[in-house]
Amino acid sequence: MKTYHLTTPISDDDIKDIRVGDLVYLNGSMTCARDMVHRRFVEQHRPLPIDIANKAIMHAGPIVKDEGNGKYKMVAIGTSTSMRMEKFEEEFIKQSHVKLIIGKGGMGPGTERACKKYKALHLIYPAGNAVYGGLHVNEIVDAKWTDLGMPEAMWSCDVSDFGPLIVSIDTNGDNLFTKNKVIFNERKEAEIKKIQKQVKFIQ
Amino acid sequence: MDTAKTQTYDYTEPVLSAKGQRMRDILTDYVVMVSHRLPDDITAKLQELQKVEVDPVQKLFYDTMMENQMLANKLKRPSCQDTGALQFFVKCGAKFPLLGELNDILKDAVYRATKKAPLRTNALQSFDEFNTGLNIGDGIPSVFLQVDGNGSDIQMYVYMAGGGCTLPGEAQVLMPGEGYEGVVRFVMDRMTSYGVNACPPLLVGVGIGTSVETAAFNSKMALMRRVDSQNSNANAAKLEHLLEDGINNIGLGPQGIGGKKSVYGVNVVNTARHPSDLGVAVSTGCWSHRRGLIKFDEDLNYELPYNKGVEL
Repeated sequence: MKTYHLTTPISDDDIKDIRVGDLVYLNGSMTCARDMVHRRFVEQHRPLPIDIANKAIMHAGPIVKDEGNGKYKMVAIGTSTSMRMEKFEEEFIKQSHVKLIIGKGGMGPGTERACKKYKALHLIYPAGNAVYGGLHVNEIVDAKWTDLGMPEAMWSCDVSDFGPLIVSIDTNGDNLFTKNKVIFNERKEAEIKKIQKQVKFIQ
Repeated sequence: MDTAKTQTYDYTEPVLSAKGQRMRDILTDYVVMVSHRLPDDITAKLQELQKVEVDPVQKLFYDTMMENQMLANKLKRPSCQDTGALQFFVKCGAKFPLLGELNDILKDAVYRATKKAPLRTNALQSFDEFNTGLNIGDGIPSVFLQVDGNGSDIQMYVYMAGGGCTLPGEAQVLMPGEGYEGVVRFVMDRMTSYGVNACPPLLVGVGIGTSVETAAFNSKMALMRRVDSQNSNANAAKLEHLLEDGINNIGLGPQGIGGKKSVYGVNVVNTARHPSDLGVAVSTGCWSHRRGLIKFDEDLNYELPYNKGVEL
């Protein structure tokens, strides 16, 4: 496991040697983009109102305080289940040129293909650590598509040392969770066999 | 706002009795507290699991979790950004004086707690598909009420049910021929599919009943029980232990990245079944299992059995 500190804008060269399981901390621009942002961009072909090319997105719906005059304060931010975005992510990466996708849990073959072909990483932030995450957001620099409501809007954040982020899909298309799931399922089958012998309660 | 909102959810705060207002205010403060402080049993289990993991990344994740909870307590902020769709599981004596006002009290407490904490506004009106912006909507908060005898006390579990963990539960009615062997398969399969993404270490709630809704309800009640509790039926308790060891041996680790443990524990809640049906359900509580318990007497003296030393 190696540790990397990345600063946006991120080039293909910056991430080419980073492998699954490596640890990353992010500096610079990170924008919240989850279910509805993906749907509007990929399915409804609406242009993204915030530029994320060579930057990072986070599958996240934060708690934000409206301070008036278009100013917002980050209260708490953590990751949402990435798999919900799998349906859209390949096309999303292709069209947006985003470099880092931060979420929780694994993603599937579409994201693997896109990470390999368009040079991007999927990383996971330990979800639920939203106060910790919030304290690494310096400010919310832009807010768009706020009509979607607090969880779904695009909140563009300036972040410092945002992490820990573990690489789950790298630019080779290797997938930490796919590998883990093979092992988990093998162990599971063995455990099921063991337990089933001991639960014959219907006689 | 860059696009005008086309629909709004009308909410007028209810006119409550003086006592009703007092209960609402206590519950408002309790909901806020639940958002930034884990219950005692969960904190103890988290500390226990932190010591078990030895690999650097797993350790780093647990350290981050402990620091996050410390910060949430100190700064009085919601520890996780998904403050859920609030659920209340209530047992109320028929003579509790505010029974008639209860639904209004609970909804208004969530409305006020949302502004106070602040909580994330998670209520989306279905079909019209707009966020009410208030964290309340039709049927949110969800209130499950059981009238419990003729007493004058009330007790309720307060649950911040998260969108990525406990709300996407699953239930199925098995044929009795599949037996408890089928129950084991059902639970274990969910651990390697949904469980991986549901923010492990998990508290796994297993419900056994006669239909999807009884099994599902039981699985939720299982999540309300303390982690260190045990089913009073010997066979059910045996299943709890077998599943706990079995799921731990899968080694999901924190956030599914692999590790020594997968769960805080497995709780089973069961009710009787029709001879033709064996209903089973799984609800997964995430590591940030924000559920509380508050008990009031008729004068609104209250106890917080899950939060020792806390005063609202």
